Amino acid sequence: MHIPDGYLSPQTFVPLYGVSFIFWTVSLKKIKQELSAKYIPYIAMAAAFSFLIMMFNVPIPGGTTGHAVGGGIIAILLGPWAAVLAISVVLIIQALVFGDGGITAMGANCFNMAVVMPFVSYGVFKLIGGSAKGGLRFYAGAFLAGYIGLSAAAILTGVEFGIQPMIASGPDGRPLYAPYPLSIAVPAMAIEHMLVFGIVEGLATALILKYFVKHEAELVYAMKEA
Amino acid sequence: MTGFQKKLWIGLAIMALLTPLGIYLPDRFKAGDAWGEWGTDKIRELLGYVPEGLKRMADLWKAPVPDYNFGGENATFGTQAFSYIISGVLGIAAAVLLIYLITRFLVKHEK
Repeated sequence: MHIPDGYLSPQTFVPLYGVSFIFWTVSLKKIKQELSAKYIPYIAMAAAFSFLIMMFNVPIPGGTTGHAVGGGIIAILLGPWAAVLAISVVLIIQALVFGDGGITAMGANCFNMAVVMPFVSYGVFKLIGGSAKGGLRFYAGAFLAGYIGLSAAAILTGVEFGIQPMIASGPDGRPLYAPYPLSIAVPAMAIEHMLVFGIVEGLATALILKYFVKHEAELVYAMKEA
Repeated sequence: MTGFQKKLWIGLAIMALLTPLGIYLPDRFKAGDAWGEWGTDKIRELLGYVPEGLKRMADLWKAPVPDYNFGGENATFGTQAFSYIISGVLGIAAAVLLIYLITRFLVKHEK
């Protein structure tokens, strides 16, 4: 889901830089308001976790690969605003140091994986899990938080790819950037994430949440809010 | 550091050691690039041409460690696996450092 350089037109990546920038600014403000110093080691660990889980490429035999992001569990444990910071930092390092994701696409990648994913995940968790502190509904909410959050980010990425042929084509009518239309890009991104990678994300979300509830339940951000 | 945090760090270290699975399994099951993350050679193969704008921007940035691999494209699996673990450790170190730098002046320190 890391969009490389050259796939997005400037008409797409410049505004997405702007949107991500706004979320980065608000994220720092919210962290300052909401979290005490004892959370900092956990934000750092969340970033480490996200970096690592993205290295586990899951194969679709004979097809493509993909990976979980960790946005669901980070949003539940530390809140969506802290997740924005943790995952953005990871995506920026991946782009600058490891060439994973483009420099021009950094705003877009942060918007998809570090903004939309944690907020969708958090919303789904609160909606389904409600105020439960355990049990089927609680863990189903956690699974679906990861599953739907990752799928939403993937579909959005598909939309960003898919609108490129409409935005920019050369004099010969060929697309200038990502070449596939919405009718190909969106299903391609949606299906693989909904059938395979989203399940991985969902399971990881539910299992890690279970571990935290057992050992440090008072830490869990999503369980504190009314 | 609390005992609980220590446990979490041990978990993360174990994850880092296991990361080579993330290159071994795709290789084993003949799975290629992630959708939409092809290099220009692969795009030429898929489309028969490389879109102009894409060609212009594709190599904009020369990452110091492309693809989490120190050994270059023809590195043995052993080298790749080792590079992958080192990349994971470097990535974690950079991420932790950045988070601490960014949040240092942000969050109130209380008992």
